[in-house]
Formats: sequence, structure tokens, C-alpha cells
Amino acid sequence: MEIVDLVPPELKNNVIVTSVDALFKWGRANSIWPLSSGLACCSIEMMCAAASRFDLARFGYEVFRSCPRQSDLLIVAGTLTWKMTPPLIRLYEEMPNPKYVIAMGNCNIGGGPFADSYSVVTGLDQIMPVDVYLPGCPPRPEALIDAMLKLKKRIQHPETAAGSEERMNMSRENLENMIRPIAPGKVE
Amino acid sequence: MATTEKFVLNMGPQHPSTHGVLQVQVELDGENIVGAKPVMGYLHRGIEKLMESRTYQQCVPFTDRLDYVSSMNNNLGFCMAVEKLAGIEVPERAQYIRTICCELNRIASHHVFIGSLTNDLGSATGMIYAFRDREKILDLFNIICGARMTCHYIRIGGVIADAQDEFLQKTEEFINYVPEMLDEYDRLFTGNEIFQKRMQGTSIISKEDALRFGMSGPNIRASGWDYDIRKIDKYGIYGKLDFDIPVGKTGDNWDRYIIRLQEIVESAKIIRQCLDNMPEGPFMAKVPKMLKPPKGDAYHRVENTRGELGFYIVSDGTNKPYRVHIRRPSFINLQALDHMCKGMVLADAVTAFATIDPLMGEVDC
Repeated sequence: MEIVDLVPPELKNNVIVTSVDALFKWGRANSIWPLSSGLACCSIEMMCAAASRFDLARFGYEVFRSCPRQSDLLIVAGTLTWKMTPPLIRLYEEMPNPKYVIAMGNCNIGGGPFADSYSVVTGLDQIMPVDVYLPGCPPRPEALIDAMLKLKKRIQHPETAAGSEERMNMSRENLENMIRPIAPGKVE
Repeated sequence: MATTEKFVLNMGPQHPSTHGVLQVQVELDGENIVGAKPVMGYLHRGIEKLMESRTYQQCVPFTDRLDYVSSMNNNLGFCMAVEKLAGIEVPERAQYIRTICCELNRIASHHVFIGSLTNDLGSATGMIYAFRDREKILDLFNIICGARMTCHYIRIGGVIADAQDEFLQKTEEFINYVPEMLDEYDRLFTGNEIFQKRMQGTSIISKEDALRFGMSGPNIRASGWDYDIRKIDKYGIYGKLDFDIPVGKTGDNWDRYIIRLQEIVESAKIIRQCLDNMPEGPFMAKVPKMLKPPKGDAYHRVENTRGELGFYIVSDGTNKPYRVHIRRPSFINLQALDHMCKGMVLADAVTAFATIDPLMGEVDC
């Protein structure tokens, strides 16, 4: 029996029948609240994306929150150093589920120009799961908007992205195994 | 009898008003600040060390990422230090183009200052307006070198590409727009009573203290010193140009804000003179691909947006610098934070921090 058959004829043009899951995905994908956390150069371009010309508000993503408890997207914008890693992991853990991460800039993909430095983390995915990688040094605001639209697609259609479903249903223990805040040369 | 004790509050490294990843340990007595201790190093990337393993040309992109909102000025400082070391003569046209780019970047950097200051004082409108005008300058950089922020346009021996007519024409359009832009800012924030009350008479640095802290740039000029490297050293073509140095009186937050608005006017004046007197000719000197400066050392300082930016380079005769030391103005200006915050209430710490205008990329290096 089709669900549509249960709907009275006078409501057929006014009611959309969907699953709760699809509705939640639609809601999550269209109103991402990013955490306003900037580390370095990329954060200026992130501010540009939110400011007048590029106007992230057109897509519904303009509510930059200063508090991790109110946000669901962590844009790691800028070079991540080993000293900054524990505060960043704490920020990530304080965010409520479901939460997403964009690794913005070359530094967060593989160290960028500072790859051979003694103090720089060569790749954000060493310390937390990443949803979208955004290359550029720094990426232009258009590129950030594109990354957020890719994230939207990923939230709405997780089956199109490899490993996304597992990542979203990842248990707490698995997540903790992925997070290894150990600086080089420092054994705890 | 009730007793009270002092309370230590950690501001940062994640805080909307710390402009990056600075941590400030604020010691509070009620709402009054007893002391403010900046904790740095959250963005320490080891740029000085990395430069030792790069050739001189490869070092220039790192200077973009030091003070990332005024990257042209940083390029200039490093390139001029290397030119001094290797004895390279820069063509005159290149020097004019360099000056135009540096002054445009100074205006763009002051836009970020105005935007973040007004945003910290609770008016997000200010940021929207300042970033709207900053985009106009970034468009100019986009025309001349294809990048918006980290330009890497000024190279050792000149600039990488000639300034097209489109760039010169659009720069002139922007300069004509500057008075209208400043007028709008005056109507939006400068004349605002709440804005004035928050800024006037807070976080005063006296003339002696400014010198004692070794401050430079707009921060020391707000305290009454007419200390500007562009006037003192007359590097590049600044000796030929006619411009004034705005100087403040009291050294409070308000002066530090007004000085920067006046500097935008002076920068526009400099750019107009450069556009009028732009000579023809080559834009790049003949520099060998494998640049090996003779043994020795050189120090060169330029007036960055935030103060006196110095590069000290030691050469051992190879194609890589033996040692590079960078005198970063933000790092030295930040010393005054404790002095500025003492006796103020907590809300003023944010204003004090915004008017010093440090950039963490430069502070931590």
C-alpha cells in the first residue's frame, strides 16, 4: 500500500510526504552554523566570504557562532600547529553531533608551505575526521562557498560520498581512536 | 566579613575578539583588570628556520604569510634587504609600482583594522562596509598579479609583471573614491556617540611609555612621536614624495583609530603622486636565477602597516641565507597590552586589543 493513498484528496496538493530522515538532512544541509574560529591567513578569506560581496548568507550559512556548542561546522582556516592542536580538539569535542569539518587551505591538507617545519601539523586528518578538503593558499571565498555546497550535497546524499555513512555513524570509541593529539617526540 | 579574591580569566585562543589564536590571561578584580598576560606561540610556524633551507627567491612567499593582510609591505622588506646584500639596483618604474602596491595594501590593512574594531565594539555593520571597500583593492591586486591576499608580486630586483593600463586606471578610480569612502565612515562610526565614548580616554599610552615599550607604527604616532621609517630612511622613492605624518596627542584608543583614518588619506596622496610621475622603462633588474650574495650581513627596515618591519639577513656566500631574523612590529607592540589594560574594565580589553592591531601570523612568526 502506498503512503500517498492515505492522504485525503483535499490535502494532496498541500502536503509533502517524506521520511523524518530526509527532512532532517534537508534541514541540516540548508542551515549550517559554522564556528567562527580562524587560525591564520585563511580566516581573513573566511571573513571575506561572510562579508558583503560574497555574502554566504545567500546560501543560509551566515550564522557564524562564537560558541562551539551552538555550531555544527568547524572550518579549520589556517596553519595548525602542535601547540594549537589540544584547544582545537577540545572545540571539536564540544560541538554537538552531527558535526562536520572543512579543512581549509593547503596547510590543513598536507602542511602546505610549512610542511617541513618542526611545529606544524602536516594534515588535519591526522587528528580529526575531515569531510571536505579545500585546497588553495589561501582559497578564494568562492572556493569556500563551493566547499560548503559540496558539504551540503554530502549531508543530503551521504550515499554519493565514499565512507560518509560510516563516518556519520562512527561510534564514540572509534572517534577517540582517530584523535591522537601526540606531538612529535613527545610520548605520553 | 566577606572576602574577595582575584579571578584569572582565559581569553582565547578561541575567542572572536583575539584576531586569531592569541591567548590572554586576564586577572580580574570584580570587573576591573589587574593584569593581562598575552600567551603566544599558537601560530608559531618556524618561518625564520624554514628560510635557512630555501633559496633567496623561495624565501619571498614566506614573507607573504607573516603579516597576511599587508603582504606587499612584507615582500618589499625582504626583497630590499636582499638587494642591499647583493647590491642590486632596482629600476625606477619598478620602485613606483612597488610604492603604489604597498600604499594600496596599507589602505586594505586599515580596512581590516576598522572592520575588526567596529565588529569588536558590537557593530557588525562596520565590518560589512570596510570589507566592501577592501574588495576594491583586492580586485586591483587580482588584476596586477592574480592573487588577492598572498600576492608574492614584489620580487628580488623589481616586480614580476608590469603594471597594465587597466590597473593604473582602476587605481585612479579608487583614489577618487577614497574621500567619499572616508566620509561614509565618518557618518557611520566616527560621529557615533557610543563609539566615541568607548574609545576616548581609554587605554592611554603616554609619550614616554610608548618609547619605553619600543612601539612603532601608528601606535607610537598616536602617542605623539612623528616616527615614520618612510620619512626617516627615505627608502625607495619616498624621498621624492610629498606627504605628511599624522600625529596624535593623547595616545588613547581614539587617537589610534583617527591616525589610521588619516593615514588612508596620506596613502591616497602618495599613490596619486606615483600615478602622475610614473616613468617608462624596465620593471625588473637583471638578477641571476641562482642568486649568491657575497659573504656578509644586511639589515633593512621598512614601514609596515603595523610599524617598523626589519629583516636581518646573514649570507655565507651560498644561494641560501645562513640566518634570517625578522623584527616584527606586532610582536613588540603587543608588549604594551598589559599596561593598556590595567585599570580598565573587561570590556575595554577588547578595544585595547583591537587598536594595537596585532596579527598573530606576525607575532608568532
